[in-house]
Amino acid sequence: MPDKVRVRITVNGARHDLLVEPRTLLADLLRGDLALAGTHLGCEQGVCGACTVIVDDVATRSCLVFAAQLDGSSVRTVESLAAADGTLHPVQRAFTQEHGLQCGFCTPGMLMAACELLERVPEPGREDIEESMGGNLCRCTGYQNIVRSVNAAGRLMADRTSSEQSGVRA
Amino acid sequence: MSTVEEPRTEARRWVGQSVPRKEDPKLLTGRAGFIGDVVLPGMLHGAVLRSPHAHARIVSIDTSEAEALPGVVVVLTGATAAEHVDPMPAFCAEPVEQRAIAVERVRYPGEAVAAVAATDRYVAEDACERIRVEYEVLPALVDPVAAMDPSATRVHETLDSNIVFHRSLDWGEVDADLARAHTVVRSSARWHRMGAHPIETAGAVASWDPFGQSMTVYSNSNFINFLPWAFAGILRVSTNRLRMIPCAVGGSFGSKHLITKVISITGALSKACGRPVQYLEDRADNVAANDNVGCDRIYDAELALAEDGEMLGLVLRIIDDYGAYFQFAHGQHGNAVAQPVGPYRIGSVRYDVSCVLTNKVQQGFFRGAGADPGNFILERLVDKAALEMGIDRVELRRRNFVQPDQFPYKIPTGNIYDSGDYEAVLDRALEIAGLDGWRTEQERLRAEGRYLGIGLATCQERSGYNASEWWFLYGDEAPLPATSTPESCKIDVDAMGGVRATIGCPLWGNSPETVVGQVVAEEFGIDPSAVSVVYADSTSGAISAGPGGSRVTIMLSGATRGAARTVRDKMVRVAASAMEMDPEDVECVDGVFRAKGVPGTSMTMAEVGMRAHLFNDGTSEAESSGLVAVHTYDHPYFTPPTDDRSDLGAFYPMVSHACHIPIVEVDPETGEVTLRAYYVVNDCGTVMNPALVEGQVVGGIVLGIGAALMEEYRYGADDGALETPTLREYLLPSMHEVPEIVLEHLETPSPFTTYGVKGAGEGGRLVAPTAIASAVDDALRPFGVWVDELPMTPERVVGMIADARGDQR
Repeated sequence: MPDKVRVRITVNGARHDLLVEPRTLLADLLRGDLALAGTHLGCEQGVCGACTVIVDDVATRSCLVFAAQLDGSSVRTVESLAAADGTLHPVQRAFTQEHGLQCGFCTPGMLMAACELLERVPEPGREDIEESMGGNLCRCTGYQNIVRSVNAAGRLMADRTSSEQSGVRA
Repeated sequence: MSTVEEPRTEARRWVGQSVPRKEDPKLLTGRAGFIGDVVLPGMLHGAVLRSPHAHARIVSIDTSEAEALPGVVVVLTGATAAEHVDPMPAFCAEPVEQRAIAVERVRYPGEAVAAVAATDRYVAEDACERIRVEYEVLPALVDPVAAMDPSATRVHETLDSNIVFHRSLDWGEVDADLARAHTVVRSSARWHRMGAHPIETAGAVASWDPFGQSMTVYSNSNFINFLPWAFAGILRVSTNRLRMIPCAVGGSFGSKHLITKVISITGALSKACGRPVQYLEDRADNVAANDNVGCDRIYDAELALAEDGEMLGLVLRIIDDYGAYFQFAHGQHGNAVAQPVGPYRIGSVRYDVSCVLTNKVQQGFFRGAGADPGNFILERLVDKAALEMGIDRVELRRRNFVQPDQFPYKIPTGNIYDSGDYEAVLDRALEIAGLDGWRTEQERLRAEGRYLGIGLATCQERSGYNASEWWFLYGDEAPLPATSTPESCKIDVDAMGGVRATIGCPLWGNSPETVVGQVVAEEFGIDPSAVSVVYADSTSGAISAGPGGSRVTIMLSGATRGAARTVRDKMVRVAASAMEMDPEDVECVDGVFRAKGVPGTSMTMAEVGMRAHLFNDGTSEAESSGLVAVHTYDHPYFTPPTDDRSDLGAFYPMVSHACHIPIVEVDPETGEVTLRAYYVVNDCGTVMNPALVEGQVVGGIVLGIGAALMEEYRYGADDGALETPTLREYLLPSMHEVPEIVLEHLETPSPFTTYGVKGAGEGGRLVAPTAIASAVDDALRPFGVWVDELPMTPERVVGMIADARGDQR
């Protein structure tokens, strides 16, 4: 086995300085070493999207990336969304309002893909959503409510932004 | 046993509302606790080596190099695993031994030949690569018809033939109906094997205690509180020393009822090393070897009709490719005969089924469970009859529907349909689809050389199964009795008035916590958010068949209401005693126990709770302290099968109904089918929670889109190799394939169930494939295409057009 590789990585705002095997996948680093089990593995070949996280502001399949590639990177997972007091992120609120999840196994990947999309495109149309999330598979919902959830999340985030701005003015 | 539910009297406050889903917060934050999240101290990780061959003799296995790899703790072959665990259970099937790890012979591609436990999954997989297996490859049986030939290689040498089961049953006067028919429509059909493919694979963590001879198993299996003794049998553990703990389940669609192979392998590894072991299937394991695969049927079918279109009799001749082993054996045919006649008054049925063994993975249950191809062939026959007889397809259906005043309606096989109003569903579906507009659009596009099609199907969704369907077709002697197929709920109210429900079914992607919360809220008049729900492990004594056969909301409603009312009634007595009143004069309203007609005289849940726990004064009929009740709700309406199977009894009597109208466009050059719109009217009795039911129906329709257009296990014709081993080859529907689905409900409450609820879990997938087939037919009518095979992949659509053109020439 080759020597371990040093990886300095920020995950959900916390800095880590780790020695990992070169073959360790980001998904396994998150779920194993960092005990962040919210990132799920569905296919381990990049098809299903359940393991989607945001790496340096880009939605990324954590089953297709070696941790060793990410020295100096910043990663966000589903654990970064809700506040410690239990307040859900607008995207999470939108998914529950619109019943955009059933078994919830694909959901962390859906949420992270939706967050990344909404950060780029605050009011996405159906084509934007399909473009960004069409590769995230869900076997339960039939997608209709996921699309509705993303639209609702966009509105909730816009409300939050505008209320924050008005707060600044006040 | 049968009961008839009390008539609906009072208005309901929580049943019928889209209350927020209790399950969501933990799922949205990644904290639900799936099997992959379970970590025990000292836990090892498993991996499995699988056969690349469909059929081979295992000449030798050398595990020495794998065992020498640092980090490897144990390597098991079929022979060494058999020192720890016993074969798989099969329900009323021919005696064929199946072990989780093959011994001497592999019979399907992907069958396990060795398993490893190591300090991490990477090392376990490295070790699998170092196991040397020498195979003698044997001829692979791929085509079920060829496998029926007496000269074919046998999948199991202990059996006389690959035709392991044949039965032909007539219900009603089939021959007479064929003879008196004006028209007999005949159609073949091919329903290929598809897989459930939940996004989470199957997995288990087993921890063997060699000192106590006991085992703890975490898993995503459903039947931990239904058939725990079956798992104990596999694991060779006393039934009372096995503890099975449920996890949140990342989808199942029927495929995780048992997952016996996964649990057996995990348990064997743990027993072999005395440490906890986690084995999670990877996707290749799951596709190749899980209990994922649904029906694989060839139909030759006839529908006999009178001159006016009255449907007289139905003949279904079926060859079913079982693969190499059984699990639920004939259960998928038991299921199909719950509703072979659909919503129509067909007087007689012949069901002639041959089950054939081949070198493929065995079937398990997959949403629809045998009634899915049944709906496909029936609706294909009805459409064909409409065409051949020149009767409008809507009118033909209308003429034959069971009428509202005919319920409960007994179909020829003996099953009962509880209630319905099929014509009302049809009429509303036609209305919301705006068919005239689509016909105009169809004509406009035809002029441009484009092919729009309007589909229509009217189908049943039998719900609330009785497990006798698994075995009543088997054997010549009297069948086993019908079963109660129970579900339980425990309710306790603590000393501070907190209400907790403990349920035996796991969280499988449906919404048991929400439903239980709604029912408890309904009975106590409290807010559903105040109710806490926990999941029982197998030591609790909670009997639960769990989700499956569209039963869980029906059964949980009955179990929860029973337990809630028992506790509530005791609280009324305790409150009456405290207030020095007659219990008759105390009522529970909005979570307050109050004297009827005496404003201001009342006790809160907490006051009654504290009194019942700590200050029980023995005045209320010497009741002991505490507020706990377990209610086990047995199947509400079943009758036993007769010995000669001329009447299979009522075994699936809560029958939902739907009309689906999909609109497709077909490109005849590429064969691509695009869904443009989709309209549904669904009747599942009382709708417990509209948002959740819509989610089930729409999700089911999208599985049905997969079944119609893309999902199929494919095997090499010569070598039997699995050609769809991953999700790159086995395609699942994505957001791109899904149109806007418009859904409405009509409600004809079931007279048999609590609140009148019927099932809604499978209807989407039970109807969509045949509805989409009819839409593709309609689109390609100018070519004379007739769809009799799913999925309608681009290659198949192009082929059908070419064949139809050839026929016309």
